[in-house]
Amino acid sequence: MRSEPGATLPLKAAAVGGLLFLHIPLALIILYAFTTEEKSFQFPPPGLTLHWFSVAWFDRPDIWGPLGLSVQVAVLATLIALVLGTLAAAALWRATFFGKDSLSLLFILPIALPGIITGIALRSAFDIMSIPFSTWTIVLGHATFCIVVVYNNALARFRRLSGSMIEASMDLGANGPQTFRHVILPQIASALLAGGMLAFALSFDEVIVTTFTAGQQATLPIWMLNELIRPRQRPVTNVVALIVIAVTFLPILAAYYLTREGEHTGGSGK
Amino acid sequence: MPAAVSFQHVSRHFGQVKAVDDVSLDIAEGEFFAMLGPSGSGKTTCLRLIAGFEQPTSGHIEIFGETAEGLPPYKRNVNTVFQDYALFPHMTVGENVAYGLMIKGVARAEREAKALEALAMVKLKGFDQRRPSQLSGGQRQRVALARALVNQPKVLLLDEPLGALDLKLREQMQEELKALQKQLGITFVFVTHDQGEALSMANRVAIFNDGKIVQAGSPADVYERPCSRFVADFVGSSNVLPPDFAAAHGGTHAWTSLRPEKIRIAAAGETRGHGQFAASGRVTSVQYQGAITRVAIDVNGTRIAAALPAGVADIQEGQALSLAWAADSLVAMEPA
Repeated sequence: MRSEPGATLPLKAAAVGGLLFLHIPLALIILYAFTTEEKSFQFPPPGLTLHWFSVAWFDRPDIWGPLGLSVQVAVLATLIALVLGTLAAAALWRATFFGKDSLSLLFILPIALPGIITGIALRSAFDIMSIPFSTWTIVLGHATFCIVVVYNNALARFRRLSGSMIEASMDLGANGPQTFRHVILPQIASALLAGGMLAFALSFDEVIVTTFTAGQQATLPIWMLNELIRPRQRPVTNVVALIVIAVTFLPILAAYYLTREGEHTGGSGK
Repeated sequence: MPAAVSFQHVSRHFGQVKAVDDVSLDIAEGEFFAMLGPSGSGKTTCLRLIAGFEQPTSGHIEIFGETAEGLPPYKRNVNTVFQDYALFPHMTVGENVAYGLMIKGVARAEREAKALEALAMVKLKGFDQRRPSQLSGGQRQRVALARALVNQPKVLLLDEPLGALDLKLREQMQEELKALQKQLGITFVFVTHDQGEALSMANRVAIFNDGKIVQAGSPADVYERPCSRFVADFVGSSNVLPPDFAAAHGGTHAWTSLRPEKIRIAAAGETRGHGQFAASGRVTSVQYQGAITRVAIDVNGTRIAAALPAGVADIQEGQALSLAWAADSLVAMEPA
């Protein structure tokens, strides 16, 4: 017996259409990483080959710089976000004061703001403070929205902690650092891991803020943009795109499974 | 010998709210002391002042003769059983109980042995490898108790320890807590809003209202001789008689407490002995409660409730009834 009526035909068609619209471009990217023809993306591809993977690996040293930079930036931005996001969540978790809601909105804002605003704002700020553009300016730019992800995850987990647990720990003789290490950290660790993975994925494929805060360096997404404008060995770009998909998608998937038990992973949509 | 816990004019204000307002009290070593009061009366804040989770706004607190104000909770030799138990969900029961010892740096083997001992004491032998989430409410409560007692505190604080348990379990735990306290000789201070619990467990009870202690004494003291209408009402149920009525029926011209179980039915035409008084009225309610029947009559606007032993009479609502009591059952109180 069916307890609910099935979706109507137009609704089904719309759903299928939506899915195709979203995923056909992705499928094409993946498909053309394997094509034997490099000048134009003719359909269907005349043949399939793993040749471009070997080209990307052996013959294109220009990929390694941007890849290394992207990993470096993502790791640093994630580390900064883990420390600051956790501290911010811990500070706002149980505090009540005038303007608390506005303050937490300010923490979330960087992820809601269009990247171009964040980018322009940071660029002007760096200019005014005469900070030369470098890897660190990119890291700072990325940290603005990475913090949000960690903050949201940490806050959601903190809310599940009972406040009396911390009092219990202190009652049993533990000071602040001991309480953090033995009681708080073990309970928020998986949320931090999930938040960190999301932050890493966000940073790894970020283009807009990076464009505004980078000097001469190119991160991997910037390198790809340049490749599309001045193509050579087009399928190599698709190979790199595949790598980006893998590097960003797997952490997000892992983060999803880590936090699935009864809470949301906030702000995964930049 | 110094008191286990001593409050000298202690106040704790939260902004305009005087949660604890000029409280002085001494709790002797080995006492089972109950702080009883409605919610918001300051009893829990007092407990938290002893534990160190709150610091007094003014006044002086001593624990076994040592100044306590200014000391953080982890520097006080008192332990707390929390209302929600506050067990650590990521640790086993054994690790929970051993936590205090682990923080103190006691070697693993020794603290595990002591944890097992403490668990046996609260009748949870064999539960040490379980997680708190696998235990029932009553079992969690025992773990919380073991986790506190394993540290051999000088004072054990219990915050509404039995509030979340069902009636049968609560009665059983009351007896066990009392037995444990006798066996260990540790000073127990417990907070409750349940007057039955306070009366049956404690050696001494302090009744809180509006941040102040309104009466302190043995359970029999506060029950038999409530000093104010608030106490008479809050501890058990009582008939609070207005001054005029009391003066006319064997008492003095003061607000007067008369416990329902001190009242009996006056037989028609009986001759009352010296010191016996009676009042008649219409029966307004009859509640059959098994061992007793609660009957209330209305005497010209004054309601008198009596708790009569089961089976003394067949009483119907609306009938006329005379109730009698001895003059020495009347307790004059402060008007407040």
